[in-house]
Amino acid sequence: MTESGTTQPTVQEVIATLKDKPGALLPILHGIQNALGYIPADSVPDIAKALNLSRAEIHGVISFYHYFRDTPPGKQTIHLCRAESCQAMGARQLEEHVKNKLGIDFHETTADGQFSLEPVYCLGNCACSPAMQIGKEIYGRVTADSFDAVIDNTEASA
Amino acid sequence: MSTVIYVPCDSSAVSLGADRVAAAIAQEAAKRGVDIKLVRNGSRGMYWLEPMIEVSTDKGRMAYGPVQSGDVPALFDAGFTEGGAHALSLGLTEEIDYFKKQQRLTFARIGKTNPLSLTDYTDNGGYRGLKNALAMTQEQIVQAVTDSGLRGRGGAAFPTGIKWKTVLNTASTQKYIICNADEGDSGTFSDRMVMEGDPFVLIEGMTIAGLGVDATQGYIYLRIEYPHAFDVLNAAIATAYEAGYLGENIQGSGKTFHLEVRQGAGAYVCGEETSLMESLEGKRGLVRFKPPLPAIKGLFGQPTVVNNVISLASVPVILDKGGDYYRDFGMGRSRGTLPVQLAGNIKHPGLVELGFGLTLRELLYDFGGGSASGKPIRAVQVGGPLGAYLPESQFDTPLDYEAFAAIWAVVGHGGIVVFDDTVNMAEMARYSMEFCKEESCGKCTPCRIGSTRGIEVMDDIINGRNLDKNIPLLRDLCDTLLNGSLCALGGMTPYPVLSALNHFPEDFGINAEATAA
Repeated sequence: MTESGTTQPTVQEVIATLKDKPGALLPILHGIQNALGYIPADSVPDIAKALNLSRAEIHGVISFYHYFRDTPPGKQTIHLCRAESCQAMGARQLEEHVKNKLGIDFHETTADGQFSLEPVYCLGNCACSPAMQIGKEIYGRVTADSFDAVIDNTEASA
Repeated sequence: MSTVIYVPCDSSAVSLGADRVAAAIAQEAAKRGVDIKLVRNGSRGMYWLEPMIEVSTDKGRMAYGPVQSGDVPALFDAGFTEGGAHALSLGLTEEIDYFKKQQRLTFARIGKTNPLSLTDYTDNGGYRGLKNALAMTQEQIVQAVTDSGLRGRGGAAFPTGIKWKTVLNTASTQKYIICNADEGDSGTFSDRMVMEGDPFVLIEGMTIAGLGVDATQGYIYLRIEYPHAFDVLNAAIATAYEAGYLGENIQGSGKTFHLEVRQGAGAYVCGEETSLMESLEGKRGLVRFKPPLPAIKGLFGQPTVVNNVISLASVPVILDKGGDYYRDFGMGRSRGTLPVQLAGNIKHPGLVELGFGLTLRELLYDFGGGSASGKPIRAVQVGGPLGAYLPESQFDTPLDYEAFAAIWAVVGHGGIVVFDDTVNMAEMARYSMEFCKEESCGKCTPCRIGSTRGIEVMDDIINGRNLDKNIPLLRDLCDTLLNGSLCALGGMTPYPVLSALNHFPEDFGINAEATAA
């Protein structure tokens, strides 16, 4: 089955459910990304048509926000905090460790498709710095060892 | 009767294993045939003790922490369900010094109650403010908020009552209340604690705001990084609708207020109110020119109140106990309480709500207990990534909007990030420029281009290249950002950069005399 064949019904459903909300574009983009993990390029014309906007406007919004992505993520997305509070507790060193362990830089996905790594600027877990988020799960007081344990566990259970 | 045991559902407590502790307690109790009732409460805000569990006893609630799931059998052995002694015993929760010394108005219920229990909420003073508001005129509601002296807790410290009055006096068929829940400042988590730990207080505050200015629709613009708050808010909003606290004919008054949560998408600049409104309208979060003020022409071109979570969550207590009651806390023109957040390299990180006026030193040492690493505290950043770095010599500054302004610093949203003596302040200045570059909306040139040039100049400085030329260049660039930017992102990035340079010149490879430009 082609990509559009699998994604289009989902995209159409999200658009139909949300298009009449005031300021519907962000809710629609969230709806699509929640369902598919990213916003496929071929959904842009449909969104544009439904909201009576240009494709450029839709693309402009997707590219403006750090959270939205137009490529599929790995099975798990790791959001690693880079902000000041986490830096004060060793986030710079942790960041190096994480990149080495996964063998990727920010905005990249491991070759096995298991993990994507994204920077985040504060998870509101500053009282337990350094912090990271995997999926909806938030982790506090992360160390190189505890990071490895989480990753190895995730890989083992995957 | 079953013993009530509290295990926080706050996401920071969960990040330290609270869910596993709750599961272990339930399992162990079942195994031992002990009759317990497990309640998931908010956090008391003493994060070095999290996961901190509490047990209801005749004497009051007894605390134990920090508890890991492996500690649970031993706690049962020690008879903790009757308040038995154990190495993790902390005594009565409300007698813990850190907690006892606070003045909790906005955070009165957080950590005590089940966040999603409307009964808990109303049993502990909830919805009394709304009840009073329903018996008042719009002018009286706005006057009470004005009398309280409440100023915007998001950071700008603009008087809330004046903002409301402008919206009230601007005629329109549709007005909006927006809660700015895009708490993006590093070192801040008070908004998150309110939304996760006492969502009804925010709903009540927004409903009162709606009644006060004649707005029938509210939006909570919530950052995507707070998925737990999203779930809690939605559940609480559904409960409030069912119980007639939202929707049409609120509590039989004939008044209407609708409320919806909208998620942001990871753009720091959307915490700026005009950028936030663009985002809510479904656009790129580009900052708008002001005027027109949002109070006159805001969301979808209509008069709009945009207030921070803490500002709105402080409204119910003001309407309950009166503007005078709230105003009697604080100092100078900073009235009421501020929920301070201690974060970064600090031994006792957490939430401290007190009237304005406490000094940084008292917060850092009496509450915070010094650095987590045990090394001397070298610098603190107050007010988020756009706040100034303060050296030890300024630690006697009281927490007060005007006192901070006088030393070219900001209170902001009340976040304090602590650094020990291993910090390199030139690296932190470079990071501030990098953050500005990452998060710039791109509308104005000083911020869009200046931040990139700032990273380059900082790289030269960090590598010791041509300091005679590059230090004045950095100052000149900061001057352009400060005076030429459209909003606070570009306009305040010079605060951390220049304060780092001025207070810690040695990290920039220069001696103190050379900085007096």
